[in-house]
Parts: sequence; C-alpha cells; structure tokens
Amino acid sequence: MSARPALAALAAALAAVAVAGCTSTAAPEGAPGQPGPISVSASDSACDLSAASAPAGTVSFSIRNAGAKVTEFYVYGAGDRIIGEVENIGPGLTRPLTVEIPQGGTYTTACKPGMVGDGIRAPFTVTGNAAAAVEGDAALAAAVAGYQRYTTSQTEALVTKTGEFTDAVKRGDVPAAQALFPVSRTYWERIEPVAESFGDIDPKIDGREDDERDPGVEFTGYHRLEKDLWVTGLQPDSGAMADRLMADVRDLQSRVGGVQLTPLQLANGAKELLDEVATGKITGEEDRYSHTDLWDFRANVDGSQAAVSALRPIIDQRDPVLGQTLDQRFAALDALLENYRAGDGFKLYTELTPDDTRKMTEAVDAVGEPVSQVAGIIAA
Amino acid sequence: MSLRGFSRRRLLGAAGAGTALVGAGVAGGYLVGSSGAEDPAPGQATVPFRGVHQAGIVTPAQDRLHFVALDVTATGPILRPAVVALLKRWTSAAERMTAGAEAAPGGAVNRNPEAPPLDTGEALDLPAASLTLTFGIGGSLLDKLGIPRPRALADLPPFQRDQLDPALSGGDLCIQACADDPQVAVHAVRNLVRSGFGTTAVRWSQLGFGRTSSTSTAQQTHRNLFGFKDGTNNLKAEDTAALDQHVWVPGSEGPPWMAGGTYLVARRIRMHVETWDRTSLTEQESLTGRTKGTGAPIGAADEFAPIDLTAPLIADDAHIRLASASALGGVRILRRGYNFVDGSDGAGHLNAGLFFLAFMRDPQRQFVPMQSALARYDRMMEYIEHTGSAVFACPPGLGEGAYWGQSLLEA
Repeated sequence: MSARPALAALAAALAAVAVAGCTSTAAPEGAPGQPGPISVSASDSACDLSAASAPAGTVSFSIRNAGAKVTEFYVYGAGDRIIGEVENIGPGLTRPLTVEIPQGGTYTTACKPGMVGDGIRAPFTVTGNAAAAVEGDAALAAAVAGYQRYTTSQTEALVTKTGEFTDAVKRGDVPAAQALFPVSRTYWERIEPVAESFGDIDPKIDGREDDERDPGVEFTGYHRLEKDLWVTGLQPDSGAMADRLMADVRDLQSRVGGVQLTPLQLANGAKELLDEVATGKITGEEDRYSHTDLWDFRANVDGSQAAVSALRPIIDQRDPVLGQTLDQRFAALDALLENYRAGDGFKLYTELTPDDTRKMTEAVDAVGEPVSQVAGIIAA
Repeated sequence: MSLRGFSRRRLLGAAGAGTALVGAGVAGGYLVGSSGAEDPAPGQATVPFRGVHQAGIVTPAQDRLHFVALDVTATGPILRPAVVALLKRWTSAAERMTAGAEAAPGGAVNRNPEAPPLDTGEALDLPAASLTLTFGIGGSLLDKLGIPRPRALADLPPFQRDQLDPALSGGDLCIQACADDPQVAVHAVRNLVRSGFGTTAVRWSQLGFGRTSSTSTAQQTHRNLFGFKDGTNNLKAEDTAALDQHVWVPGSEGPPWMAGGTYLVARRIRMHVETWDRTSLTEQESLTGRTKGTGAPIGAADEFAPIDLTAPLIADDAHIRLASASALGGVRILRRGYNFVDGSDGAGHLNAGLFFLAFMRDPQRQFVPMQSALARYDRMMEYIEHTGSAVFACPPGLGEGAYWGQSLLEA
C-alpha cells in the first residue's frame, strides 16, 4: 500500500459534497440570503444564471433547458473538478441541483448543450466561508481504530500459526507442515496491504521464486518452504528458512503496532485485496506448488470485508445504496466460495474447472466495482 | 469536438443535400444524423442514438466493429430489477458516447481524484467517429425472466459441418459497437461491460477490422478475406420497401415489444485462408459465382448486373446461386459483417475469418433455409467453418427518455 495524503488534507481539498437532483422532488431550498434557487436558463447557445454569486454553504440551482438539444449543467472547482452536475436535461425540462460549497472563491458554471465539449462557461463567485462538516471525523477515527484492532489480532494469530508451521518444518513433519501452510498464510493474506506497506518485509515473507530481487537477496519465506514441502522435498537449509520466516513475521508484528493508518488507506486496502484475488488467486499463481490458492482467496476477501465493515458507518451516511450493494455482492461471493469447501479447507486450484474460475471472476468483478467506489466516498 | 448531433426528427428530404449522408443513417422515414449545412470531416460524424429503429442496422456500415455478448449473472428476486437498472445505466452511457461524450459527466478526469474515474479515458480527444451502439436480447434471457420467446427467437437448428464452440456462442444480451475508429468502438464496449459488473459478465467478444458489406447505395462493396466483393446484393438503406418486407418486424407479427425491431444472427466463420490462397483463380471464381476483379456475376460485366441463374457458367453449387433470393423463395437478409484476424491458431495459421452479422425479420424463415442450403451444398464450406453462433432480438429504436429493453420489461 503506497503512502497516501492524510485525510485532513483531502477533506480540506474536497469538502464540497454534491447532491445532484435526479428526482422530481420539490424544488430545493435556496441558499441563505437567497429567495430561492438560482435559476439557470440553458439554451443551445446561452447559459444565463439569475445570479453569478452566492454565499458559502448550500447553493441551489434550478436549470431549465430552453434549447432543442439535451443539455447538462456543471459547477466546477479549481482544475475543472466537478463539484456538482445534472445530466440529461431534455428540451423543456427543469431540474434542480444542490451543492455544498463551504469555501469562498471563484468557481465556474457551465451548460453543455449536446453533452460534449467544454460547454458555455461563466465564473461563479462564492463569498465567505461556511463551517465545514466535522461530524464525520469521529466516525472516521472510530473506523481506523476498529480496523487497527483487527490488524493487531490477525498479526497475533499469524505469529502463533506461523510458529506451528515452522516448528513442523523443523521437525521434518511434512504432512503437518503441509496442513499448516495454508492455515498460517490465511492471517497474512487478510492483512496483506498493511504488511506490504513495509516495503522490505513483503518480499522476504511472501516473495515468489521468479520475483525480481535486489542483488544478494535470497528466495525466502512461505513460498520457498512451499516449494520444499511440495516439490523438492525438505532441503538442508529448510530449518534455517523456517527460522528466518518466523523472525520476519515477528518483525512484522513489532512494526504493525506503530502504523498509523488513514481511512483512505483502509478503503484502498479493501480494493487492493480484491485485486490480489483477481490477478493472483483466480489464476493459481500464488500457491503454484501447493495449489492452496482458495485459502488465500478466502482470506483476501475476509480482509477486504473487514476494511469495508470498519468504514461502513461513513459509507451508509454518504451513499446508502452502496452499502446495500456491497452487502449483496460480498454475500454472493461468500456463497460461491462455500461451494468449494473441502473438509476444514478448500478444494485445490487444480481441482477447479474453467467454469469454476469463470464464476469466481464474475463474483470478484461484481464486488470489486463497488469496493473501488469506497475510497472516493471516504475522501469526498 | 462537434456539438451537433441531436438534430433528430428531420424528415427525409427536408435536410437538403444527399451528400449529408456521410456517416449518417436513414431509418424509418427519418433522416438521422448531421444536417446538410456542411459535411462533417471523416470520423467527426455523429449518428443519433434515438429514432424509430435502432442505429447500427441500416446506418451505412462503419469500418470497425467491437461486438460483445454478455450473460446476466444476477439471479433470483434481484434479476429483473438489476437488469432494468443496468439497461437504464447503459442507455445513458450509450447515448453520451454516441454523441462523442464520456460515459458519464466528467468521467475520465474531472471527478474525485481518490475515486476511480467513471470513464476509462481512452476515447478522450477522439470524436464520435459515427459510433453506433445496437442492443439485442438473447432467448436465454427471456427464459430466465420467464417471458415467452417470440417464435422467431428460437434457437437455431444444428447445420451440417457446424463446429460451434459454446464459449463463442449464445448470450443473454449483446451490444454491437460500430465506429470509424476502432478505439472508439472498444472504448464503448469496455465502459458498458464495466458498468455491468455484478449484473452481467462477458460471454464472448469479437473485434472486426473491415466491413464486408455495404448497407447503402452510397457505399462501395468491400471485400472479404477471400478477396471477393461481399454483399453486392445486400439490402440497402434506401430500399425502404424491401427493409419493411425483410428486416423490420411488423406490429402484426408480434410480440408487441418487437414491433419495429429486428433479429440479429451472428456467426463467427473461420476462413482457412491458407488453403484458399492455393486455389486457382478459376476455381475461386467458380466456387463464388463471381469474378474476383469486378465482382460481376460470371458471364456478366457489371458488379450489380442481375444474377442470371439460367446461365450455365454459374455452377449449380456456386455460392451466389445457393444464397440468392430466387433460389430461396425470395428470402433476403441485411448483412453487416466484418473481417477479423484473431491472432494465430497456434498451428502456424492465421485465426482469420468473417464475423457474419445479419439483420432480418425472422431467422427461422430467412437465415435457417439459407444456411441449410449453404451448409449442404456450398463447395466454399471446404474452406470455412462456423465456430460461433448466436441470435438476438433487437427491439425497436428509442423515443425520448426511453431505455434499452423498456418495451419488453415494462410491457
């Protein structure tokens, strides 16, 4: 996970929340000091506003399409970032738009007859400053705290189970080690984006044989032991490799406590875990010797769900429909994975048919799209 | 980028110069497209999205195709609402993209920088390029929705020598994207596919790089990968009486949601160009029934000369004889196919062929007898094999505010 700007900076940059009027509800309330919404007459060649300025806060527009082409109305901030927009206004129709603009300054309005091009633009002045909404801050802090508890508990379990796994390797108990391999990896895969944020640890613990490595860096970690256990048989240095893996996992644990995550990192982590599934697990690349990819698949999805759950109160506040979609899509993916249970674990990747992997791809695509929307909502 | 393109409902003839037809379509008595003040530069033209019939059928065939068939993955009680919601999203994005706009307002760059862009961006700075998006519904979707299939949407029977791959056949929904620029067509399909995740998944998709049919008398006849002019006797946009007879489903034929619609038959035809290329010119022409240079029927001088089936020079099993209307009891279809080369086959040959697309009023009465005859008797079959097959119902065009499939789903 790469470093991201702190949430506070984003909140300042993007404090405007747009509420596009897409339904034919009653006309919105006007901005303070305004008798009603600013009326916009949008024709094929003109974009006339009844006022070119408004006080900071809630600003309402009522856009009438007086032209013959389908039109759109936009409010842009600096760099043409869209603060609010109404699309698909047919000829003769009137549609409302309400935007929150807490910061004073110069903005731009535009009508876009025919829906293409830069549109008919004019400057729009917002005066004064309105208090930015702060009620979300406590909820965001709670989300981060909740997810950090999850990370800590998963790391503890990772240390315990990896200990059992490496002990089995050192005893030379191949069946026990093989059984513990996917179990111990589960805790790693659940928190992988956090672990990956320490750039040096991930290659040591989870590097693959054909990964590019810095000069002098050996192929170590889970996948080295996986190869020993499934392909080459235990090697003279397998025990030493087990010790190194254990040391690296303990190193991770010592560092995780000090990580200060941002809500945006949670959101992007949730997306990255699903990307991992799509590019590494459904393809059978991750566990190429043991074929225990579905354990990792399940764990990545668990981790993604945990991050989304932590953010859920903010998601529900800002986009109630998205929360329902996430529930539905995660539930469908969970149900699909249950079909591939075998005993305490899962079928091997080599037991899957192309039809199975196609269904998995569909289910991961289905949840990946709404999860990819979470970061934008958190940053809004 | 042109701001024109929404000048709909201009009556044929009221728009002035016939030369304004560059990239525009004639449909159902409306001249649709940019009006006659000036001709748009090549690639700049827009084809109106709404009209009596869907665009992309009698619209003069653009040079590039991206076709996609999708399966609906939503099931149970959410199936129908999910499909309705998707078709509304698709309609909005499709109308925008055919006008040369991003799939959603500000989609590629002018949104929240922490959110993934709503438009994928590869068509930024490109014009509309005559993009048309044509929508179809497979019989399998009607089965899932519990809606009876029109008789014309029955599955095609197996034909002799079919080598159909299920992974290249069928589908609950289809979108045909045609444009002057391949990137514009691919962009459209990609963004619609993305919008469908969770409700639909791609079943198969086909790129086409050169039209093999002309659908307007203003267009030259192009050649297929056998090097022959293809579709000389195609139905043309200008012959509205023939279109009404052979392409558009009349209201009397039912079901009501298909009145003014048409059926699309898609066949992926692999062409063994390597063996064809070792065949003598005489044999190639004999198999086809036309001369390779001019495209004229053998024994005639002009490409468009009527085919004299009494002429002994045209072999009994020549392709044009077997496919001709007179040999098939008057049956005709509107062809709109594209050449393709999908890389190589891993065995030293090009994976090349013709993606056959044809629109018709009733595949059971038009395509089935035609293909039965060709599959049995056409000697050209030695050089081709049909590897994919699908039939879709393409509902009529949309009025203002309507969405794809509304006539079916809100019937």
